Amino acid sequence: MFSFPNIAYFIPLLPLLGFLVNGLGRKHLSKGAIAWIGSGVLALAFAASLVVFLNLPSGGPTLLNAFDFIRIGELRIPFAFQLDALSSLFLLIITGIGFLIHVYSSAYMHEESAEHYGRYFAYLNLFIFSMLLLVMGANYVIMFIGWEGVGLCSYLLIGYWFRKPAYTQAANKAFVMNRVGDLAFLIAIFWLIARTGSVNFVDLPAALSSLSSSDITWITMLLFVGATGKSAQIPLYTWLPDAMAGPTPVSALIHAATMVTAGIYMIARSNLLYTAAPLTLNVIAVIGIATALLAASIAIRQNDIKKVLAYSTVSQLGFMFLAIGAGAYGAAVFHVMTHAFFKALLFLGSGSVIHAMSGEQDIRRMGGLKKVLPITYFTFLIGCIAIAGIPPFSGFFSKDAILLSAFLKSPILYGVALFTALLTAFYMFRMFFLTFGGTFRGTDEQKHHLHESPLAMTLPLMVLAVLSVIGGWVGIPELFLHGGERLIEFLSPVIPVVEGHAISHSTEYLLMGLSTGLVLSVIFFAWTRYRQYRSEESSAPFARLLENKWYVDELYQTAIVQPLHRFGGWLRSFFEPKIVDGLIQGVGRSIRYISQQIRLLQSGQTGNYALWMVISIVVILSIQFFVRK
Amino acid sequence: MPINYYLFLSLALFTIGMVGVLTRRNAIIIFMCIELMLNAVNLLLVAFSKMHHLKNLALNASVGTDGQLFVFFIMVVAAAEVSVGLAIIVMMYRNIHSVDIQFLNRLKH
Repeated sequence: MFSFPNIAYFIPLLPLLGFLVNGLGRKHLSKGAIAWIGSGVLALAFAASLVVFLNLPSGGPTLLNAFDFIRIGELRIPFAFQLDALSSLFLLIITGIGFLIHVYSSAYMHEESAEHYGRYFAYLNLFIFSMLLLVMGANYVIMFIGWEGVGLCSYLLIGYWFRKPAYTQAANKAFVMNRVGDLAFLIAIFWLIARTGSVNFVDLPAALSSLSSSDITWITMLLFVGATGKSAQIPLYTWLPDAMAGPTPVSALIHAATMVTAGIYMIARSNLLYTAAPLTLNVIAVIGIATALLAASIAIRQNDIKKVLAYSTVSQLGFMFLAIGAGAYGAAVFHVMTHAFFKALLFLGSGSVIHAMSGEQDIRRMGGLKKVLPITYFTFLIGCIAIAGIPPFSGFFSKDAILLSAFLKSPILYGVALFTALLTAFYMFRMFFLTFGGTFRGTDEQKHHLHESPLAMTLPLMVLAVLSVIGGWVGIPELFLHGGERLIEFLSPVIPVVEGHAISHSTEYLLMGLSTGLVLSVIFFAWTRYRQYRSEESSAPFARLLENKWYVDELYQTAIVQPLHRFGGWLRSFFEPKIVDGLIQGVGRSIRYISQQIRLLQSGQTGNYALWMVISIVVILSIQFFVRK
Repeated sequence: MPINYYLFLSLALFTIGMVGVLTRRNAIIIFMCIELMLNAVNLLLVAFSKMHHLKNLALNASVGTDGQLFVFFIMVVAAAEVSVGLAIIVMMYRNIHSVDIQFLNRLKH
């Protein structure tokens, strides 16, 4: 029971248990009990994930068949879990970082009342449960259940403070945008069932031969559209920045460990299909790099500390899709991992800053926090360096792997990606210097309240900071260390390694040196520019364009949302009262009219009835006699 | 005597009875008309049965007697019905002092 592989059942069941206990008992449990239960189940799930990770047999996947989920004729969809290199890696990330975020939340959300505190932890646990289901599922249908669960939980958590209409709107936006992608995902599943009769991942290699190339292209495209919804890529990315309405730890959870990585996971899981669809890969590469560039350019001019981080997430996800588009699935998964470390760190750090600033999120009113928040300052700096990509921090290795794959795909992609990486370094350090450098620019009251966060919040920061430093060492390129790229090798049962880097060592050194040097100079530039705060009010059209996020939200508003609203209004004011109601009331009215006429037959005169009887008998007899001879 | 005569007589009696039931309002007359219709049917039954009996006499002596048996049943039922019907009419007269069936449509209201 407690040994491999059956222990894997506990990994999703424990958070589910936590959800039930906290959700049902939120009115009876104390805050301390809720926090202990919520975090405790995650700690146990992490331990179980470790057992799975350490006992994982090399080679093929381990399948755990619970029961048949769907059985119709020939079609059989088992409720099964698949344990292999990819899913066990994700299990560690989700439960590990999820645990840290739970611990952090226990302090961050302490001002909530016990009932809402319980609701919060119940949602968090359900979120983790759904994500675990998503990565453990052995076929697309189980994955889809988790996929939907994640979407639901993001809706619940983004709209956690549901009394503010703007927040519930953000929650709705996230949910509706995800649904668009979900529809495509669902169609892809149906397509796969119709063509191959199976949705199991283990059947994919066999399915590949029975699919025509246009089938593969369509299925992969639809799956990718599903991924753009969940992983916030063009055109479905605008929900993610709005998702900042949720509590900060939730943002960390959505952006680092769960939800947005689901799209990457799904594509990495189906890498066999994608490799057979070069057209889709090209589309993914272009969408990925475009998203990365667009989001990075927006992040430069944002002043909300969480918005900057949100756009940086969108941008980093774009990088991961670029890697996928270049065929380097391993690099994408590697970046998911390192990104989970430093993005969780940055979000939790920003939460610590917001906590200290009594809810202030505008970096123009911060500054000089270095002295009062030493731990946050130091860990945040590590996170910024990691995301900027300076060796030997984790972000450098994963980003370098992506840049290298982009270079092998096309030098143009490489150029744009490098430029985006420089933008990343610039906006991260702009935010960093504005927040921690210079002098304090907030109100006196805020200054009075400034304090370093409690240990429950700083401890996860420190753990994540350490991981952000060393997390990348599992993927040190062959160049520096013989027997490097351990992660790629570890993932090789799931993601076949493409042999033959057609690139010389000197070129590789050159590319690395180039990116590192440029990033360092960009950071220096940011330092000279934002060391001392100065107002950035600018009326230059391009700056305004960036400040307003390229007017994409407005575009969607006018092109899609408002026509739909108008259409809905038309339905309400014309279609519903005139046509639908008219039809229904017409049926009712005509029946009433006919009844009124027929009622007159029932006169109450016996003679009348007898007359009708005689007439009817005569009619029936004559029919019998004359017609039906 | 040819069967046609019986047929026409019976038809005439039945029609008279039917028209009487449909047009008259006096309950006793309606009652009599119903009896008339019953008797028209009786006449027909007896006539046909006699015809069959004569035709098949050589074959079997009992052929065509069941029609005449029916008639006895009908007469018995008619007698029973008369006793019930007259009782109803008497009660009706006691209650509304009339035997006009047009007064009996009060359930409608």
